[in-house]
Amino acid sequence: MTGAAYSAGDVLPEQTYTVTRADLVRYAGASGDLNPIHWSDRVARSVGLPGVIAHGMYTQALMARALDTWAGGTGRVLELGCKFTRPVVVPDDDLGVEVVVAGTVKNVTADGVHVALTVTCHGEKVLGMPRAVLRA
Amino acid sequence: MPVDESLAGRTFPPTEPYTVSRERILEFARATGSTYDEAAAPATFPIVVAFAAMTALMQDPSVGIALHRVVHGEQRFTYTRPVVAGDELRAVLTVDTLRRMGGADLIGTRSEIVDAEGLPVCTAFATLVHTAEQA
Repeated sequence: MTGAAYSAGDVLPEQTYTVTRADLVRYAGASGDLNPIHWSDRVARSVGLPGVIAHGMYTQALMARALDTWAGGTGRVLELGCKFTRPVVVPDDDLGVEVVVAGTVKNVTADGVHVALTVTCHGEKVLGMPRAVLRA
Repeated sequence: MPVDESLAGRTFPPTEPYTVSRERILEFARATGSTYDEAAAPATFPIVVAFAAMTALMQDPSVGIALHRVVHGEQRFTYTRPVVAGDELRAVLTVDTLRRMGGADLIGTRSEIVDAEGLPVCTAFATLVHTAEQA
């Protein structure tokens, strides 16, 4: 993505990712976040969750993955952030759950390409104010 | 127990150096389906180092945080440059803000992540939400 190629209002192609329990186990190991609410239904239910949920940072990593796709390569994210507003419940089956990442170019400045995202699961937003700046 | 009121403005000691290998980046990229082209690590990879700094904060007995009451409320990164294999990273965490909202403490943290030369790589901002005990 270059500043010249993108302008305010551009809608970026929606990305759909599947998240399974196996992904969460891999992520727990890779990130060092071993909180059992991300792999044990027993522990997740004991704290009032419907079941195992994805790490908030897993969902943010999916945001980053979409940004790499839109930017046409890695290492072009200058800023990235969101609030964690709703859990992504990941079922104990082989199908997993779908997370959809959409984005719109808000504006292009000297700082870079400002992108507002929407991250949903079962049609509901799971992240608050997900946004990023890509190198122009 | 609420967290220590004097927490805002406090800076914690640097984390132990974390050596980034291509294998660790690959593991992280595979877990999230991300691409690793032997150059930049995925953008959220530095959470590994920031997480160590946040864990140290949460486990510090003088702070008064009960680990099971903490929820990750918000996370933001700003990058000076991408993380690459061979980097030796440390994080220095400062508590920027402490706000009390409806029985919860909102702890605004900033972890400055630097390389072996002490040069900035990225800054990780996290808001930790610490809920009070039920009365």
